[in-house]
Amino acid sequence: MANAHNHAEASHGSVKSYAIGFILSVILTVIPFGLVMYPSLPKDMTILIVVAFAVIQIVVHLYYFLHLDTSPAQRSNVSAGLFTAVVIALLVGLSLWIMFSIHTNMMAK
Amino acid sequence: MSSHVINADVAHGHDHEHEEHHDSGEMTVFGFWLYLMTDCILFASIFAAYAVLSGNFAGGPSGHDIFELPYVLAETALLLFSSITFGFAMLQMYKGNKKGVLGWLAITFLLGAGFIAMEINEFHLLISEGYGPQRSGFLSAFFALVGTHGLHVTGGLIWMAVMMYQINKHGITGTNKTRMSCLSLFWHFLDVVWICVFTVVYLLGVL
Repeated sequence: MANAHNHAEASHGSVKSYAIGFILSVILTVIPFGLVMYPSLPKDMTILIVVAFAVIQIVVHLYYFLHLDTSPAQRSNVSAGLFTAVVIALLVGLSLWIMFSIHTNMMAK
Repeated sequence: MSSHVINADVAHGHDHEHEEHHDSGEMTVFGFWLYLMTDCILFASIFAAYAVLSGNFAGGPSGHDIFELPYVLAETALLLFSSITFGFAMLQMYKGNKKGVLGWLAITFLLGAGFIAMEINEFHLLISEGYGPQRSGFLSAFFALVGTHGLHVTGGLIWMAVMMYQINKHGITGTNKTRMSCLSLFWHFLDVVWICVFTVVYLLGVL
């Protein structure tokens, strides 16, 4: 019984896990907004922190809200997700590379 | 040698799937997850377009001129609250508490509707000031990206309304559980996309 309960908690989450995810998300949202609304750091540093916090918050959401983890039950979901991440990296990265190269080589005055 | 390895792998994979996806509900949720991954690619394409066009102001306003961060922070809060309330609806569903599910779904619906209302208001203000999607490449990409996310949230709200009707009428059946699991993935997925939107469009746009 205890085992079944634990299993359910692992795959569906609990009030506690949702609350942890929520509080982490609030922190990871408020800090970047604060840094941009009340600039106190150099611009490069701010961009780096804002992007890093977004990436961390995405991971927090995937783990606490979408329940993606390393358990065997989630293996096919995680593999599909990783494959998609590779496709997105290629799609966005190469598109930007091509477009900005064209911009630099052909349109810059 | 290599064919042996491949065969073993296939056999293993088959076994594995047989074990895990024995009921059709789990298979449906996995299929829905794959749909969400293609949706991810749709959003990635629009993000790429936005990144390319975001500097083309054509003499019009930049993000710094038109975005109001406190307003965006309020939108973000609504969506984040709706994520946790949907989570509570799922927990009530696993407990078999129909009233709890309907209550949390109703709260989630209101929060989502509040988000959409704020977004429509933002779009309306921008367009009435002459900053519609036809003004510049930047604004075209902005409306395409934020609008696509908004349409998804609207779709999620319609789905949620239908879901409340179905749960109210038929109770927490196996089919309804599968539907709720899919809607849960969809709703949380939209919150993940919103993290990318407020970071790339609003925060980096204002900087």
